[in-house]
Amino acid sequence: MAAAVGKRTPGFVREVTTAERSNAMRHGLSGRKLNRTSSHRKAMFANMAVALITHEQIHTTLPKAKELRPIVEKLITLGKRGNLHARRQALSTLRDTKVVDKLFSAIAERYAERSGGYTRVLRAGFRYGDSAPMAYIELVDRDPEVKGAEDKARAAEQAALDGELAAPAEES
Amino acid sequence: MAVPKRKISTSKRNMRRSHDSLKAAGYVECPSCGEYKLPHHVCESCGTYRDREVAEASGI
Ligand SMILES: [Zn+2]
Repeated sequence: MAAAVGKRTPGFVREVTTAERSNAMRHGLSGRKLNRTSSHRKAMFANMAVALITHEQIHTTLPKAKELRPIVEKLITLGKRGNLHARRQALSTLRDTKVVDKLFSAIAERYAERSGGYTRVLRAGFRYGDSAPMAYIELVDRDPEVKGAEDKARAAEQAALDGELAAPAEES
Repeated sequence: MAVPKRKISTSKRNMRRSHDSLKAAGYVECPSCGEYKLPHHVCESCGTYRDREVAEASGI
């Protein structure tokens, strides 16, 4: 029985037939299913890739970090290719023009001289509650400022607003 | 229906379990803060890895 090799889209995991599960060797099987359906997995890795490219470092479980690594590396390769076709291919995964813009400008520039190995996975203990092995996945030579920049800006703005509201109340 | 013929003696049961004990996790001293940490892991107290990778120091 010649098992058809499926196309390797991001997060693609070849299905295991009942016959294979019963007696066959694990040839041609790669990737983790992470207890999700194909579409769920695809959507999750798209979200995670957007988060990683935006923040340049994310904290997640070790298996997810390891699965995300090749997806993001391939996206950065698309960014370095830089043409319209590559941009549309990246957009089909990420579904976010802002993130794709960053991928094709800042990140493509940063890794122009680096041939692969754009990400790093660091183990980070075990999660309280389910003891899942955790990890940080980050872009090599990341900018530490961009992690949570949007939230920090919003918090600062809110703090400034609260200060304005509190000041007149104290006077009266 | 298959059924045990004899009660397992406490000795046999304990012999079976002689390999079940848990081993203590390994640890190393963090080169930057000196706290004990898991080997090949980001330090949980100072958030560094190999003296450089900083991931928010959670002051424990
Ligand atoms: Zn430390």
